[in-house]
Amino acid sequence: MLELTRITAGYDRRDPVVREVSLHVAAGEAVGLLGPSGCGKSTLAKVAALLHRPDAGTVTLDGTVVRGWRHRAPREQRTAVGVVFQQPRLSADPRLSLRELIAQPLRSTGRRRDVPERVAELAPLVGLSEELLERRPHAVSDGQLQRACLARALVLEPRLLICDEMTAMLDASTTAALVAVVERYRSESGAALLAVGHDRVLLERWCDRTVRWGERTAGSERVAVG
Amino acid sequence: MTSDHDPAAEGAEVPVLAVENLSVRFRMRGGRDIAAVTDARFSVAPGECLALVGESGCGKSVLASALLGLLPGNAETTGSAVLGGDTDLLTADERTLARTVRGRRIGLVPQSPAAHLTPVRTVRAQVEESLRELTGVRGSALGKAALVAAARAAFPEGHLDRYPHELSGGLAQRAATALALIGDAPLLLADEPTTGLDRDLVERTVDELRRHTDEGRALLIITHDLAAAERIADRVAVMYAGRIVEIADAAPFFGAPGPRHPYARGLLDALPERDFAPIPGMPPELGALPDGCAFAARCAYADARCTDERPAFASDLACHHAPTGRTHPLKEAADA
Ligand code: SF4
Repeated sequence: MLELTRITAGYDRRDPVVREVSLHVAAGEAVGLLGPSGCGKSTLAKVAALLHRPDAGTVTLDGTVVRGWRHRAPREQRTAVGVVFQQPRLSADPRLSLRELIAQPLRSTGRRRDVPERVAELAPLVGLSEELLERRPHAVSDGQLQRACLARALVLEPRLLICDEMTAMLDASTTAALVAVVERYRSESGAALLAVGHDRVLLERWCDRTVRWGERTAGSERVAVG
Repeated sequence: MTSDHDPAAEGAEVPVLAVENLSVRFRMRGGRDIAAVTDARFSVAPGECLALVGESGCGKSVLASALLGLLPGNAETTGSAVLGGDTDLLTADERTLARTVRGRRIGLVPQSPAAHLTPVRTVRAQVEESLRELTGVRGSALGKAALVAAARAAFPEGHLDRYPHELSGGLAQRAATALALIGDAPLLLADEPTTGLDRDLVERTVDELRRHTDEGRALLIITHDLAAAERIADRVAVMYAGRIVEIADAAPFFGAPGPRHPYARGLLDALPERDFAPIPGMPPELGALPDGCAFAARCAYADARCTDERPAFASDLACHHAPTGRTHPLKEAADA
């Protein structure tokens, strides 16, 4: 499903935060990528989500090598991947209601007509009431907003879901609820999962296997062996 | 100063903080009221750590802001929060809070240390400024005092000349803790000090806070991280929908026999190392709380009494079906 090969990436070519990292996620598989905060695993998640162009290495999605990132990624690749980040407030447009937020990917891919049906399917799945759907981000809790962000990530029915510290700010019950939503979606769709996080107990419970981010040692390669 | 929590056990020691019937209401436009905190009652003794746990939006951060006098203008507080037996934090004026309380009598360990530190100044400059302000140390003695202050929070000397953005999450947390300790405040208030830190760092951070508590300070830690609470706390207060629903000693709460309140039980059962099962539904809005128990809509043991009548907080518990253990359905199920 997803093949990351010797990825080097970062924000300064002279000092990349990801160096020569390889990772493999098979179709339908749930892989946990475990690492300390600030290690570069979020950057790798952005590369895998086609949101950040790596300096070197290749990303292969369903057997096709990725050649463009962000808006330059071909639509069928972009829509194959759904992503949820740690901080819902940074990834949600404050002017949109939760309903509009969830519908955003449908609108931007010209599927406006599907909005009512898909939102009606997803809202109960993530536990959002009609009343909550009409609110804007400032009027809901972090947990409620993250529920909407998860629905947004699922709205195009991705074959790969990437959750980057999705529950790091959330309480135990909301964490368990969101993981249950992801797992229900995966069991129905067969989608694969890359869950990036720092909580070993959580990722080991959630995923088929976990991969530990290599220790940072000066000069040596850091390879997450897939 | 007396409080409900058994002060006799500690001798007649004055609690560092005694909170009685603390409520916070936000007046919203259109006359709507948000009941962010209602009738909170707890105390913290010297050398003791109380963990206030609950999910985001349950009112625990509002409670912390109330104690620091940092609530917005549309907030109304009632009740009392007496510091050291003599200063009510709810009625003290801003001048008193700024000059004698914050930093001097309450040290704040902030939620996001990187944001709390001043970005354009080195850690050394910030530590020295706090020392000048809070301890009166001046001149050539400052350099040495800064080293001592850094060492207390295990902040490495070699990193003192770095700027906050050059620090890892763990070191930023230690820098913030070093600042919080400078005034030698008898009460430390830590607001979600472990958010976003990985497990090893969570453990190191709470172990360091525990060490400062063992030196005789009182620590009130506000967190949604139950593993962190288990590691550090002597007692746990569980907050739900603006109310404290249970206060318990940490060992029986996290171990056997476990929490008495159904919400607290559900929260622990949701942990990935336990059942990993969410509590169904979501908490009610603080602006539209039901008449009865705020947890009734999600509680497997709710009956007509629960939906009609709000359970009072008595014997450290607010639940109609728990106090004796005999009538508690959870207890019965566990015994069966
Ligand atoms: S009072 Fe009733 S509804 Fe509330 S927690 Fe207790 S049993 Fe459940």
